[in-house]
Amino acid sequence: MEKYYVLILLFPLAGFLFNILIGRFVSNKVVSWAGVLSIFGALMVSLFAIFQVLSGKTIEYNLYTWIISDDLKVSFGYLIDQLTAVMLFVVCFVGWLIHIYSVGYMHGDPGYSRYFAYLNLFIFSMLILVMGNNLLMLYFGWEAVGLCSYFLIGFWYHKKTAADAAKKAFIVNRVGDFGFALGIFLLFVNVYALNYTDIFSKIPALKGQTIDILGFSVDLITLIALLLFCGAIGKSAQIPLHVWLPDAMEGPTPVSALIHAATMVTAGVFMVARLNPIYGMSEIALMVVAIIGALTSFFAATIAVVQRDMKRIIAYSTISQIGYMFIGCGVAAYGAGVFHLYTHAFFKALLFMGAGSVMHAMAGQLDIYKMGGLRKKMPITYITFLIACLTIAGVPGFSGFFSKDEILWYAFASDKFYGKFVWILGTITAALTAFYTFRVLFVAFHGDFRGTQHEFNHIHESPSIMTIPLIVLAICSVFVGYFSIPHFLEPVVGKPLITVSHEREKFVMIMSTIAGLTGISIAGYVYLIQPAISKKLTESLSGFYKLLWNKYYVDELYDFIFVKPTLRISEKFIENFTDLKLIEGIVNGIPNLIYRLGLLIRPIQTGQFQQYAIFMIGGIIVFILIILNI
Amino acid sequence: MSLSGYLLLSATLFSIGLIGFLIRRDLIVMLMCLEIMFNAVNIAFASFSYYNANLIGQIFVLFSIAVAASEAVIGLAIVLAVVRNTGINHSDDIANLRG
Amino acid sequence: MNEEVLGRNFKSFELKKHLIISFLIIILIGSAILMFGFALNQLKFPVLSTLIFFPVISASLIALIPRDKEELIKFSAVVVSIIEFILSIPLYLSFNKNTAEMQFKEEYLWIPQWGIKYSVGVDGISILFILLSSLLTILCVTVSWNEINKKIKEFYVALLLTHSAMIGVFMSLDIFLFYIFWEAMLIPMYLIIGVWGGPKRIYSAIKFFLYTFIGSVFMLVGILVLYFHTGTSDIIALTNKSYPYKMQLWLFWAFFAAFAVKVPMWPVHTWLPDAHTEAPTAGSVILAGILIKMGAYGFLRFNLPMFPEATIEMKPFMMILSVIAIIYGALICLIQKDLKRLIAYSSVSHMGFVTLGIFTLNQQGIQGGILQMINHGVVTGALFLCVGMLYQRTHTRLIAHYGGVATVMPAYSAFFMLFTLASIGLPGTNGFIGEFLILLGAFKAWKLMCILAATALVIGAAYMLWLYQRVFFEKINSEFLKHIHGYGDLNTREILTLLPLAFVVLWVGFYPNALLSFMDVSVKELIKHMTLTVGALK
Repeated sequence: MEKYYVLILLFPLAGFLFNILIGRFVSNKVVSWAGVLSIFGALMVSLFAIFQVLSGKTIEYNLYTWIISDDLKVSFGYLIDQLTAVMLFVVCFVGWLIHIYSVGYMHGDPGYSRYFAYLNLFIFSMLILVMGNNLLMLYFGWEAVGLCSYFLIGFWYHKKTAADAAKKAFIVNRVGDFGFALGIFLLFVNVYALNYTDIFSKIPALKGQTIDILGFSVDLITLIALLLFCGAIGKSAQIPLHVWLPDAMEGPTPVSALIHAATMVTAGVFMVARLNPIYGMSEIALMVVAIIGALTSFFAATIAVVQRDMKRIIAYSTISQIGYMFIGCGVAAYGAGVFHLYTHAFFKALLFMGAGSVMHAMAGQLDIYKMGGLRKKMPITYITFLIACLTIAGVPGFSGFFSKDEILWYAFASDKFYGKFVWILGTITAALTAFYTFRVLFVAFHGDFRGTQHEFNHIHESPSIMTIPLIVLAICSVFVGYFSIPHFLEPVVGKPLITVSHEREKFVMIMSTIAGLTGISIAGYVYLIQPAISKKLTESLSGFYKLLWNKYYVDELYDFIFVKPTLRISEKFIENFTDLKLIEGIVNGIPNLIYRLGLLIRPIQTGQFQQYAIFMIGGIIVFILIILNI
Repeated sequence: MSLSGYLLLSATLFSIGLIGFLIRRDLIVMLMCLEIMFNAVNIAFASFSYYNANLIGQIFVLFSIAVAASEAVIGLAIVLAVVRNTGINHSDDIANLRG
Repeated sequence: MNEEVLGRNFKSFELKKHLIISFLIIILIGSAILMFGFALNQLKFPVLSTLIFFPVISASLIALIPRDKEELIKFSAVVVSIIEFILSIPLYLSFNKNTAEMQFKEEYLWIPQWGIKYSVGVDGISILFILLSSLLTILCVTVSWNEINKKIKEFYVALLLTHSAMIGVFMSLDIFLFYIFWEAMLIPMYLIIGVWGGPKRIYSAIKFFLYTFIGSVFMLVGILVLYFHTGTSDIIALTNKSYPYKMQLWLFWAFFAAFAVKVPMWPVHTWLPDAHTEAPTAGSVILAGILIKMGAYGFLRFNLPMFPEATIEMKPFMMILSVIAIIYGALICLIQKDLKRLIAYSSVSHMGFVTLGIFTLNQQGIQGGILQMINHGVVTGALFLCVGMLYQRTHTRLIAHYGGVATVMPAYSAFFMLFTLASIGLPGTNGFIGEFLILLGAFKAWKLMCILAATALVIGAAYMLWLYQRVFFEKINSEFLKHIHGYGDLNTREILTLLPLAFVVLWVGFYPNALLSFMDVSVKELIKHMTLTVGALK
């Protein structure tokens, strides 16, 4: 029975192969059926698997041995436990809805079959990532989703910005993967296993071991955990590798919903949760995770406050929310982190798809200050968007509230010394989050339309193939929070330690509710009641505004520190100096030297054979003298 | 007559030939000088043969006359070809091999 | 702008020729089955000698075909190379993976006075190269179909001779035989570059020849020293002897000179970009695919087993050189303006990985190194094939002239993307397996070197994807489009040329054991031999 769960992988793969090979020659209808049905098949099989897991079983199965070399033995196999089950549900269900949505959204695009092929390939890779039973499978999926993200960001490759963004995403991710790979190596040479079960059984033996780096002795487990976390930083767009995600919005909007909100970018959180036995043994690593998460969530939220591009705002919001998840993981409340991942997948996908619906109506317009009053023309989009905003703002009763509160509570109650600090940052961020999401809502959907009458007439509600997924997701956003993921995950990730009494939980809850409501009301005041204030504020804080508008100049900084010097060194030093002058100089110099030496003795060869005869005779005479010993 | 007389003759002829070869610029004359040197050597061979009372030297003379004949043929042919193609009969002007 | 540019009318197969070639192929398969029977029943069929001399004999027969029958010449070259490939399949099928001994051995006295033998055989290290070479030779023939327009007969003869000499290198078990094949390969290769190459072909060909020849002269001296020291020229016998440390060091450097130039290691790599860039497509493929593997193979066959002490002594130095090559090659790729030159420099970087793997002196590193050689042969070979196909349509290799090719050549772009991904080592392609094993081996051997080498993962992605973006993405370069007839997507012949390589890329990516299992025992034996020899000396 267990081996049939490979179908979860094979369905999307089949969809991919069909669409990439045959898709060009069949009608779009066939393509979309193939794409949607393959994911539906995967969803069905994974529901079977999830029911198995719900009954308390864990499924592990090795398909075949992938690599054998000396002590390295990696199999191609999968593991479905509680954590994987949650991810399977998210990936397949949200993925499926987004496939359906895409049928409407991508309607009429010349690259229709290519789009569905990539999307199916993405689901396949993501499933490998979450289902793999060893680190190398995780790495496989990790890079493969990055590849799909590359394809899909650059889907409209004839736009230079899209092509640039795709390349940037891939390379920035590669920087993170560099650390990830080293982490795998370091782990492997110490435990000689890559299978999760083997790693977790052997990792306690490494406790207290140190490793020498440039004379400093570093705790081994901490180093492994941090190196692996590099990968998570890249993939989940945390500071300092967050730069690729906002640019990634060049891709089609359903892609942003699926890859850059719901699934791929949260892979880092999944990885930390999956490897919790490693992280749990290193206080420093956990601290780094929590603090990077907290800082990212805060800074990304501040950037989101001033942006005008709808998708970019949501993108920064994604970065910020993933920061939240890392806060959860960083205080050892992995369950809470994954819980937020799970709820976030629904409401963030909903937000993006709402934005997509708006774009669909407004012919690709993304600047929220060119919208306004959309709620009358697009009621379904408006209501679902509102639900998503309420969820992300953490209004009690919506799923976002439960998961966010869970994280903040564990941060507050944690035995870690940085717990209170990340809690404060998290609460402030909650207020900011509420503010900027409702800013989008108020500016875009309320008030009066800011464009021309002609544009206004064009605005229409999206077709039902797009709105039905919106409605389904909206319902999910409200209700998925009532299923207690942290409790469900306890067998895999354990229960976080709590040092504060449970009575204080109310306090945390009230604080975060207050934060959320404050954010909403400020946004309401600034953008609905007194629209002039926002302009005044912008002017009085123009320096700060500029800093935020330019995203703290991180892109420019990286360009200045890494990209330009590398290119300059490559050109000036390596190619022009070392390769062409130094090495080629020597290579061409030696024959040249010989040629010059030849020039020196060339005049002897006069061409006068009588002169040669004189030399000859002179030589003979010398020989005779030598022979006669004179 | 003593051997030294013949050898003196041979040496004289050889020197005449050699000097002629080196200082004359006419190709035909140079070839003739070569022949003189050949014959000088032949005289030396013959006189040694007579002096030592064996035939080896005389066999050599016959051998070298044959070689000299063919050499003269080839040499003259080359000179002829050179002269016909370039019109030059002067060794100084033939310096195509100058480096 | 008119984006629906129609392809130029490439000469395509006519129906009749289709029939002829399919008929021929049927005959081939029949004869191949016969061969299988021979080989599998171990009737002592001299399969290795057949592999070496069949192309030579065929080439001399092709040389007899009248010059004006161009199609016939091409078809016979295809047929010969396909038969050669089919002949090499029994090697793969009946190879015994559980022994490190030389297999399919043949031995005849050649110069009895000096004890020099004609002896050939393969083990787990060398067998894969023979298969790879046979495969690539077919593709080289088909890709040259329209590209080579002058001296067609001589070209295919030279190609087949190169193939013979190259597989001879991988099979020889006698050091003099090895040297002869090693040098014999230079001549047809020199001609391929020098006669059918690009505008700077003469310079490049002479540079290639002198570079490699100067290197191998040192090796010749080393070979003579070995021969006079031991009195035997048998490679196996030489391997089992031990040499004084001082002598090991000198011999190590002598062989190093030849192999390092061939690989090419930094800093003796500068012949490679010139040769690759100027050579015709088939020449580049052979160069990148097989020829430069001979150097790394030489390290494995001579330096490691014969001079283990010197090798261990030199290990840090060699690893440093490899890492320099990796990073240097990668950085220089970032600023190349010429497609072929970029891929050529990426070879420097990838071959740095190979030598890094070999000189980790542990199982994973060496296995990864050998696998990476195959991978690099397949992937870079494929990339050169791709560039050649594009060049035939546009007659330019400057990246700046391109743009938006993906719009007009979708199938071509898909192939190129696959090979690009394999080149940057994405999991699921063969490149990943090789690089992963090498880096793991390097991590065990010297952590710092592994970290430095791993930066090439980032730079590699940067230059390849940037190349891809500039050539395939964005808008079509309309200025340039005026100068050419247009782009046309791949024809059947070209797709059939690329398909086998694409298959290998994915096959090895998902099931690397198909190749790793061949070398497993041999590499184990090599490492054991080294440790034993060093232990015995101490």
